[in-house]
Amino acid sequence: MTARTLTITSGKGGVGKTTATANLAVAMASMGQKVTCIDSDIGLRNLDVVLGLENRIVYDLVDAIEGRCRLRQAMIRDKRFEELYLIPAAQTRDKNAVSPTDMIKLVNELRDEMDWVIVDSPAGIERGFRNAIAPADEVLVVTNPDVSAVRDADRIIGIIEAEQKGPAKLIINRVNPQMIQRGDMMDADDVLELLAIKLIGIVPEDEHVIASTNVGKPVALDEKSRAGQAFRNIAKRLMGNEVPFMDLSHKDDIFLRLSKVFRSGGE
Amino acid sequence: MVVEKKFPIKGFKEGLLIKVGEGNWKDVQTNLLDQIDERIDFFKGAEIALDLGERIMRAAEMGVLRDKMSDRGVNLFAVISKSNVTDSVAESLGLSTHQTVMKENDSAVRNALADGEAAVLVRKTLRSGVSIKYPGHVLIDGDVNPGAEILAGGSIFVWGKLRGKAHAGIDGSEKAVICALEVDSPQLRIANFSKEFQKNKAIFKKGKIVSQKIFLESGEMKILNWNSDNPLK
Repeated sequence: MTARTLTITSGKGGVGKTTATANLAVAMASMGQKVTCIDSDIGLRNLDVVLGLENRIVYDLVDAIEGRCRLRQAMIRDKRFEELYLIPAAQTRDKNAVSPTDMIKLVNELRDEMDWVIVDSPAGIERGFRNAIAPADEVLVVTNPDVSAVRDADRIIGIIEAEQKGPAKLIINRVNPQMIQRGDMMDADDVLELLAIKLIGIVPEDEHVIASTNVGKPVALDEKSRAGQAFRNIAKRLMGNEVPFMDLSHKDDIFLRLSKVFRSGGE
Repeated sequence: MVVEKKFPIKGFKEGLLIKVGEGNWKDVQTNLLDQIDERIDFFKGAEIALDLGERIMRAAEMGVLRDKMSDRGVNLFAVISKSNVTDSVAESLGLSTHQTVMKENDSAVRNALADGEAAVLVRKTLRSGVSIKYPGHVLIDGDVNPGAEILAGGSIFVWGKLRGKAHAGIDGSEKAVICALEVDSPQLRIANFSKEFQKNKAIFKKGKIVSQKIFLESGEMKILNWNSDNPLK
């Protein structure tokens, strides 16, 4: 059994990479998968906070790479699950502490024991991003339905293709159906028309997400959260199941719902 | 003899080929560097091969030229020469010579020049961050996404949506045009003229799409919509 390694990236900052990493990891772990997630945002770490594991950090990614600890010592086990681990980033170093080769070597050590390795990439297109995609079997690009996030996503998809790590798949995060209806926000088709890659998930804007980050309890664990459900669906799709995209229309808008039924021929 | 002021430039797969004629080397070098300086935004980052013809050059001269070009952000990577002496000088400086440089692409460009005008066809969508620079015409079979750009000595034709920036006639040619199946660019330029476009207020409402040609007339940039009764001329 050899792990599949996913890197979650975006280009633009603040679109939801860390939220996606944490939630996909938690969703898969709750379905019995063995998952290790890695925070590669050296210097600006936050995957540990989103998972609620920050008080258990002793060793981090850079310690493991530089040999100050064994890899297992840097893996924090999330006690909520059978086999979910986090390798946190170092807060006091910067992206030059790690090289793409270091990342490939480290992930290779995990491949035999895990089903999934999920790497949370930093924003940008420089060293941190290159470190994060080096070990990837597949790259997921997260974007928001706004012109500047989509432009950055377009750039990063081009770079991923040029680095032979493509084709990437897309997660559109923070979708607000009312704004789309008013014409104030791009819809999924507008985004896909520009980015032209396969869509693997649409996650609605959800207040629960910020609250959950503050307490370290990812929304994928919350049955009532629509964003949580969307992340669980993405996890299922990654695991090979066909899951229809959620109906994100406003509950009262029957016409919008009907039109979505006729339009949704896609996966 | 009077040295040519402007040397002819051809685009090929690996970069740009500049043919420098005969005459006093100092004058040739000065004119070449002036030509580069005049269109520095076109040449910056370019890979250049020099066609030196029969000229015999010394290592010091070639080295100095390469350095002066490098100061301008232009990389001299190859030399085409009919002289064995010049070839060995080039090789000693680590430059490629004609055997390695000219492939079939060159004959395609020469044939085009005989009957028409040199053009490059790019068969894919240009994503944000991609820049195409070419001294002839540029054809894109695909879209030009926001954040991508085209800098062409000739005209620009986009069989798709033109949403990035495009500059046609960058060498001053005012006859150059820009055509696209859908024009949605923030800024288009022809020769030394430019036109900025306001963002549509209702950006996400889909209106009727009309193909357009942008051209220069009497010092103004004009737009012509295509319709079947009045095809773009």
